[in-house]
Amino acid sequence: MLIAPQVSVIGIFFFWPALQALLQSLQQSDAFGTSVEWVGFANFQRLWQDASYLESFQTTAVFSSLVAVLGIGISLCLAYFADRVVRGTVVYRTLLIWPYAVAPAVAGVVWLFLFSPSIGVVSYALNQWGFEWNALLNSRHAMALIVMAAVWKQISYNFLFFLAGLQSIPKSLIEAAAIDGAGPWRRFWTIQFPLLSPTSFFLLVINVVYAFFDTFGIVDAATKGGPGKDTAILVYKVYFDGFKALDLGGSAAQSVVLMVIVVALTVVQFRFVEKKVNY
Amino acid sequence: MIERNRWLDVLSHAVLIVGVVVVAFPVYVTFVASTHTMQEVVQAPMPLWPGSHAWENYTTALLGDRSGSGTTAAVGRMMMVSLITALVIALAKISMSLLSAFAIVYFKFPCRMAIFWAIFMTLMLPVEVRIGPTYQVVADLGLLNSYAGLTVPLVASATATFLFRQFFLTIPDELVEAARMDGAGPMRFFKDVLVPLSTSSMAALFVIQFIYGWNQYLWPLLVTTEESMYPVVIGIKRMISGGDAQTEWNIVMATAMLAMLPPALVVILMQKWFVKGLVDTEK
Repeated sequence: MLIAPQVSVIGIFFFWPALQALLQSLQQSDAFGTSVEWVGFANFQRLWQDASYLESFQTTAVFSSLVAVLGIGISLCLAYFADRVVRGTVVYRTLLIWPYAVAPAVAGVVWLFLFSPSIGVVSYALNQWGFEWNALLNSRHAMALIVMAAVWKQISYNFLFFLAGLQSIPKSLIEAAAIDGAGPWRRFWTIQFPLLSPTSFFLLVINVVYAFFDTFGIVDAATKGGPGKDTAILVYKVYFDGFKALDLGGSAAQSVVLMVIVVALTVVQFRFVEKKVNY
Repeated sequence: MIERNRWLDVLSHAVLIVGVVVVAFPVYVTFVASTHTMQEVVQAPMPLWPGSHAWENYTTALLGDRSGSGTTAAVGRMMMVSLITALVIALAKISMSLLSAFAIVYFKFPCRMAIFWAIFMTLMLPVEVRIGPTYQVVADLGLLNSYAGLTVPLVASATATFLFRQFFLTIPDELVEAARMDGAGPMRFFKDVLVPLSTSSMAALFVIQFIYGWNQYLWPLLVTTEESMYPVVIGIKRMISGGDAQTEWNIVMATAMLAMLPPALVVILMQKWFVKGLVDTEK
């Protein structure tokens, strides 16, 4: 059968593990896996009472909203100006899209190097200006570091979509507004921005998904979730609890919570993106 | 343009140039750091102009004859692992989803829709949410530290299957009938009609999936425990595990440049396909 390879791969590596995660989330086992005990929803209850898990939720929320807002804002600004310039759009596009190709972990390492308290170039400059930068000790600085790295990597993606969106807006609309005496600022807010709302909304969902899942490499390479647990986003915590702390039940319960989040995001994406947000 | 406004034109270029410079700055520093000796790099502030030790640093990194803390495996070997992994993932994803889209669109068989929805649901199960159990499955199959372990769990692709399905649905029935009239069996039709027609989608997908495969981090981190199977993305992380003092930043930065190069080249050289691929797979 033609479909056999695909089906066997998703069966073995997607559904079976997902099922296992569901089962494990209801079990409690010791570190060697010798005794397994059904505990119902105890793992979940433990999660809700676990302050560090709730904190991780908060961290993730702060992180992903910062990444989404900054990433979308900056790239919209760049795309607007790239759309404006008559010559050189393609050159600017080429120069702006390549960070997409950089692996998250490599981006993390590079930014870590730039901002390393003892040897980093940027942290040296900041200290010269009298700003005490230390991402290893100050959790706000650590958060800023991973947000910057994550935004840096995501700008190119957002930029491409905004540029495509701006270029698909009919020129006649803009010209009509210009004849009516609307300046560039006014035209942007009354015509281009509203017409871009489907793109913006789509990018919002994509950026949140990106910040939730694809930034593991950045976090692991740049801060390892520290200082303390202050930049441990949810995915990092699943990995840490499951593979470093060997709490399989707890880790599986967290996986299930994540699955619910992904399903919710996917549903939101399909419901609204299909309909297209329109004014 | 609608009106001539010198000031705004200058502003546009200024903003874009600032944007490009800010985006490029980290990589520039990386490059500069990769051309100095370790002593020059770790003294603050490090020089901001390229030095003269590029050749030594890159050969040291590639061949792996160094002494710092962290892993000292050869980056050349890691690049090979990354390349093979990325190519296998990209090609396998494309061929598997091409085949399954073909089956779903052109054949009637039991559970057709069920399988279609099953593939669809994998969208909701990214690696990150099922790492533990998936790791167990791979370990039970004895695939740790092998190319199969690195690639096979990642080769299913809902987005690619969708893309090809949508594309096949737009192919007119006349073409199918014409092929049948000429005596072509289903496989012949697939080979001589569908595959040539979808080459542009395949190229677009290849760019996206190659980058996806090259940049995998979490999964290789779990399945590879031997240095000889580290992809370069993991290797670079392992190199900095010794803490600030002993890390040979010049070598690490040379490795970072090497790790960025292949996917960046693919994106820039295949820019047209890349843009098409991004827009197609997400919409």
